[in-house]
Amino acid sequence: MNSILAFYNSSIGKKIMMSLTGLFLIIFLVEHLVGNLLLYANDGGHMFEAYGAFLVSNPVIRTIEIVLFAAVLVHALLAVILWYRNRQTRPDKYELYRLKDNTPLASRTTIITGSVIFIFLVIHLDSFFLPTRFGAEKVSSYELILMKFANPWYDLFYVVALLLLGYHLKHGFQSAFQTLGLRNRKYTPLIDGLAFIVWFLIPLAFATIPVYFYFFQQATSAVLMGVH
Amino acid sequence: MKFTLKIWRQKNQNDPGRFVTYEVNNISADASFLEMLDVLNNELVQKGEDPVAFDHDCREGICGSCGMMINGRAHGEGRSMATCDVRMRMYKDGEDLVVEPWRAKPFPVVKDLVVDRRAFDRIMQAGGFISVKTGAAPEANAVPVPKANADEAMDAAACIGCGACVASCPNSSAMLFVAAKVSQFALLPQGQPERRERVERMIEQMDKEGFGACSNNYACEAECPKGISVTHIARLNREFLRAEFTEKA
Ligand code: HEM
Ligand code: SF4
Ligand code: FES
Repeated sequence: MNSILAFYNSSIGKKIMMSLTGLFLIIFLVEHLVGNLLLYANDGGHMFEAYGAFLVSNPVIRTIEIVLFAAVLVHALLAVILWYRNRQTRPDKYELYRLKDNTPLASRTTIITGSVIFIFLVIHLDSFFLPTRFGAEKVSSYELILMKFANPWYDLFYVVALLLLGYHLKHGFQSAFQTLGLRNRKYTPLIDGLAFIVWFLIPLAFATIPVYFYFFQQATSAVLMGVH
Repeated sequence: MKFTLKIWRQKNQNDPGRFVTYEVNNISADASFLEMLDVLNNELVQKGEDPVAFDHDCREGICGSCGMMINGRAHGEGRSMATCDVRMRMYKDGEDLVVEPWRAKPFPVVKDLVVDRRAFDRIMQAGGFISVKTGAAPEANAVPVPKANADEAMDAAACIGCGACVASCPNSSAMLFVAAKVSQFALLPQGQPERRERVERMIEQMDKEGFGACSNNYACEAECPKGISVTHIARLNREFLRAEFTEKA
């Protein structure tokens, strides 16, 4: 017990928890993207909904879901704690401080990009998770997607938030390996290669979904809404 | 060459401090930054004013005492250099130079550009040592050390404890310093007996002194006069994990 507390209390311990929760969230992102790509099947959402139904009926997935929520909260909470403490370490500021020359922008903006992701998650869950899982009447998630993504402002917010997620991961992915002590001369090239997929391709693929629905599924949506 | 210097002047720890502007003329392009400050101080003494206090000792980049922030960069312009290595030709003639002390809560200003870096000493006292048997020195080649380990340990041992890593880090984190010290011992056979306690105690002391957590933005590596690599920080994290998750012997 004592050693767990000491681990939590130390700065490195907190960072290790952030990196583990962060990497866990990235694994979830991969799974989530694979599921979402079923939306491109162009079959009126049949495969997508069947996949969703399978997930909801699976107790293992339901358990992982709880871990997932915990991971987001732990990650965000530790991020805020560390950010706040780090801000206290230099009460007298420099007159001139050329941090920009020495560090990439992505590494200095994790708290901002992370906060936007957090707001995005709240809105995203409120849009899709709460109504489909806890809504009073049964709703089809595909119809919900059609309806929500018909709003161009909503879509724009999605695209911006997802690109910021990418920017968060541009720093976060390699940072997690550094924190876990796995970044060394041997593995850095491999991590940097994987990083491009994680920070660029995955968020970009997510961001295409609202764009696709806005521009290519509008007509269908009008038809669908007429039916109901 | 001539320069306009905006230098932080602070009488003691309780003085709020302020910037004072000075002009220096006839500075040789080959003068080091510290020699330029010597010229200024000579003039101040002749005028009966208090000279600018700054730490210095070896003036050849090996003692680590000459820390100061020059135009927003730790130890001024150039990579892998201490302030005493910096030559005035690296600046433009007539340039304005802002000179400030390291700023970090665990490094309080003592006077002008001099800060109290004893927080580093306390971290070293917590675990930056090895046990040795007294008596005759053992035969040097009795304990084999792989070449790669010896090289890596030597790289880590190049740390001069200057504090530029803390000064340049947005979180005032001391991770690069601690990483260098932990690495240097973890890689060598002599460091093994205290390997576990060392990293635990040094990290505990580092946190207690009020240094921030590492955000892996690597400003430290960019400003370190000895080019200590952040791969040592990865090793420090690894050493910490190893200590936390293995059973105590
Ligand atoms: C919920 C809102 C979020 C906030 C407020 C947030 C904030 C942060 C911050 C401030 C850091 C840098 C910590 C430091 O270096 O000191 C960070 C790192 C990281 N974040 Fe997030 N983040 C959030 C969501 C996410 C999500 C959704 C993911 C993954 C999909 C993620 C993945 C990562 C990773 C992998 C790291 C690197 C961890 C490390 O260096 O040890 N974050 N996050
Ligand atoms: S790691 Fe580099 S910057 Fe930090 S104290 Fe050692 S020599 Fe100075
Ligand atoms: S005076 Fe010794 S390193 Fe500069």
